[in-house]
Amino acid sequence: MYVYDQYDQQLLNERVAQFKGQMERYLDGKIPEEEFLPLRLQNGIYVQRYAPMLRVAVPYGAMNSAQVRKLAYVARTYDKGYAHISTRQNVQFNWPALEQCPQILADLAEVQMHAVQTSGNCIRNTTTDEYAGVIAEEIVDPRPYCEIIRQWSTFHPEFAFLPRKFKIAVNSVPDEDRAAITMHDIGINIVKNDAGEIGYRVLVGGGLGRTPILGEEICDFLPEEDLLTYLDATIRVYNQFGRRDNKYKARIKILVKALGIERMRELVEEEFNRIKDGEGKLTQAELERVKQHFVDPAYKALSDEPAELVTTREENKAFARWLERNVRKHKKAGYAIVTLTLKQLGTPPGDITAEQLDKVADLADQYSFGEVRSTHNQNLVLADVEQTELFELWQTLKSLGMATPTLGLLTDMICCPGGDFCALANAKSIPVAEDIQKRFEDLDYLWDLGEIDLNISGCMNACGHHHIGNIGVLGVDKKGEEFYQVSLGGNSGGNDANGSSLGKILGPSFAREAMPDVIAKILDFYVDQRTDGESFLEVYRRVGHTPFKEAVYGKPD
Amino acid sequence: MANLINTQGLIEDSELTAVTLTEWQENKESLTGQNLQLTLNSDETADLIGADAANFQRICIDFPKFADGRGYSAARLLREKYGYTGELRAVGDVLIDQVFFMKRCGFDSYALRDDQIVEDAIAAFSTFTSPYQNDANDQRPLFRRRLS
Repeated sequence: MYVYDQYDQQLLNERVAQFKGQMERYLDGKIPEEEFLPLRLQNGIYVQRYAPMLRVAVPYGAMNSAQVRKLAYVARTYDKGYAHISTRQNVQFNWPALEQCPQILADLAEVQMHAVQTSGNCIRNTTTDEYAGVIAEEIVDPRPYCEIIRQWSTFHPEFAFLPRKFKIAVNSVPDEDRAAITMHDIGINIVKNDAGEIGYRVLVGGGLGRTPILGEEICDFLPEEDLLTYLDATIRVYNQFGRRDNKYKARIKILVKALGIERMRELVEEEFNRIKDGEGKLTQAELERVKQHFVDPAYKALSDEPAELVTTREENKAFARWLERNVRKHKKAGYAIVTLTLKQLGTPPGDITAEQLDKVADLADQYSFGEVRSTHNQNLVLADVEQTELFELWQTLKSLGMATPTLGLLTDMICCPGGDFCALANAKSIPVAEDIQKRFEDLDYLWDLGEIDLNISGCMNACGHHHIGNIGVLGVDKKGEEFYQVSLGGNSGGNDANGSSLGKILGPSFAREAMPDVIAKILDFYVDQRTDGESFLEVYRRVGHTPFKEAVYGKPD
Repeated sequence: MANLINTQGLIEDSELTAVTLTEWQENKESLTGQNLQLTLNSDETADLIGADAANFQRICIDFPKFADGRGYSAARLLREKYGYTGELRAVGDVLIDQVFFMKRCGFDSYALRDDQIVEDAIAAFSTFTSPYQNDANDQRPLFRRRLS
C-alpha cells in the first residue's frame, strides 16, 4: 500500500497543527460556531445527537495492521471501546469529546491516518473495489489511481468550498462494479481501448440522497495521463455554476440535469482543452512512482485446492459454507480473499470492538501481509490468505464473531447509524436491522434465498444507500412517529445505467414492528415466483413491480 | 474599516475609480485609460470580464459568505486563463482560515473582515509548505516538484 514520503508526512503534520490552532481559537471564542463548522467538518467532526462523531478516512479502504491497532487504541482511549465501518469505507467513532479531537488526529497522524475531508462541501474520500489488486478480472489495479486522486484532492485550494459534497469512485472490473460508480458525483471506469492503452470512461452526476440519479457518460475514453486535468476542469465548471441557493439542489447531478449532459460536456471540454497539456498533466513517472507502492507482495509459489483444504472442507460443513460464501478466488494460485463479516446478530452492522480490531491486526500480520481492507458493505477483508491456512483462520474468526457465512445474503445488510446516533435521522435504523436479522436467522433459508442486497437508511440523506438495495428501507417521520418505506428493484452492481437501477417505492410506509412481516411477504412471493435459481432481482425485473406490491398490500378491489 | 493585508502585513490602500461589471460593460470607451478598480460579485464568473481584465489595476472579488467558494475559481481563471497581472483582492467575508487557499488561487491582497486578527492571518499564509496541487503561483504540481 502507499507509504508516505517526507512531503506527505509534512503535509499531514501541518494539517494537525492547523486544526489544533483552529480548535484553540474556537474554544477561546475567537471563531464563531458557524465559521468553525466547515473547519471541523473538513477534519471529520460532526456534532451528533449525543456527542461529536469523528470520521477517520480510510483512503479506498486500505489499512495496515499498525493503523488498525491505532484505531483500536483510539476506540479504547477516547471512545466507548468500539468503532463503526461506514459505507464510504471509512471508520467512525461515535463518542469522542470535541476538545480531544486534535489529539486523536495527532495520534492518527503517527500512523499516516487522518480525517481530512471526510465531511464538508469538498472532495471526499475516493472509494474503490475492496478486491482491488487481488482479482484476475480487473483491467489494472485501481488503487494507484485512487491514491493519485487522493493527493490531488487533499487541500485543493480551489475546491474547499464547493456548492455541496463531492464523491468520486473508481472501478476497474469490466462487467462488475463493487464501487457503485453510477451513484457518484464522478464515476471513473478504468478501461482499455482497442490499442491496449489504459484510460477512463467518465460518468458524471450520479448520486443518492433526496434526488437519486444515475450518472451519465461525459467521456467515453479519457487517456491515462489526463485524469487530474479532467477532474480539475469538471469540478471548476461545477464550482462556478452549481446552485448555491438551495442545499438540496446543490449537487453536481442537479447542474448536469439543468444543463443537459451535452452542454455540461462542452463546458468541461472547453476548460479541459485549455489545461490538458499544461504542467498539471499527470506524468508517466508519477504513475510509475505511485504504482510501485502497489506491487504484489512476496507471494509463494503455491497451488490451488491443497489437500488439507479439501479434507477439512469435506469433514466440516460449517467451514465449507463459510468457504463458499465469504471466501473468494484470488488471482494468485494457492491464495484466497477472505471477508470478515461484521453482521453478527445483536451488533449493529459495521460495528467492531477495540478487541476485535486488535485481533484483526494480528490476523493480518499472521495471514495476510499485514494489510486489511474495509468495504462499502461495512465488512473487512484479508486479501492475501494462503489456502492452507483458511481452516485455522476460520476457527479464530468464528470465535471473534466475524465468520457469519452470509456475505451478500439478506442479513449482510448495509445500515446507517440512524436515529440512535445521527441528528439528521428521521427514524432509527439499527433496531430494524436487528429485527430482520432475528427473524431471518436460519442459515438454510438465507442460503436458499441467495444474494439479496437489503439496505436501510434512517432518512432521505440515504447514508444506508436504500435506493440501490434490491430491497430498500427508508425511515420516515410521520407526525413525530417513525415509519418505514420499502422500495424494491435497486441495484448498484452494473457499471452503467443499464446494469444499475434505483429502487421503486412499494407503497405506504409501515410501523417498525411490521417490518419483519413485510420483508417476509416480499421474500415469500419471490420464492413462489422464481424458477431455475433466479435471483431476487431477476424475478423482480421479470414479473414487475405490481405483483410484489399486491403480495404485500393485497389486490385492490 | 477592514484591515488590508498582503502576506507580509498591513498595507495602505490606494485610490482608484471603482466600477461594477455592468458599469464597465456599458461605459467601456469612456472608462478606458483611467485608473480602474473592478469588483466582481460572487455570481459574476471570470469569463464575463475575460481579456478586458487587463484594463484594471485592481480586481476585487467578493466573498459574500466565506462558504461561497466561487471566488476561488474566478481568481484562478483571471490569472491562469486571462493572464491578469494586476492586483487581485479578496473582499467581503475574508477570514483567517481561508487566506491560504486565496493566496494559492492568485489573490495578492486581502481586506480582512473587521474582527479578524491580523497576526493570525499573516501566520496562516504559511500553513502548508509544499501542497500537492499546482496553483496560480506555481504551475507545477508536487509530482513535478518532488525530489525523490
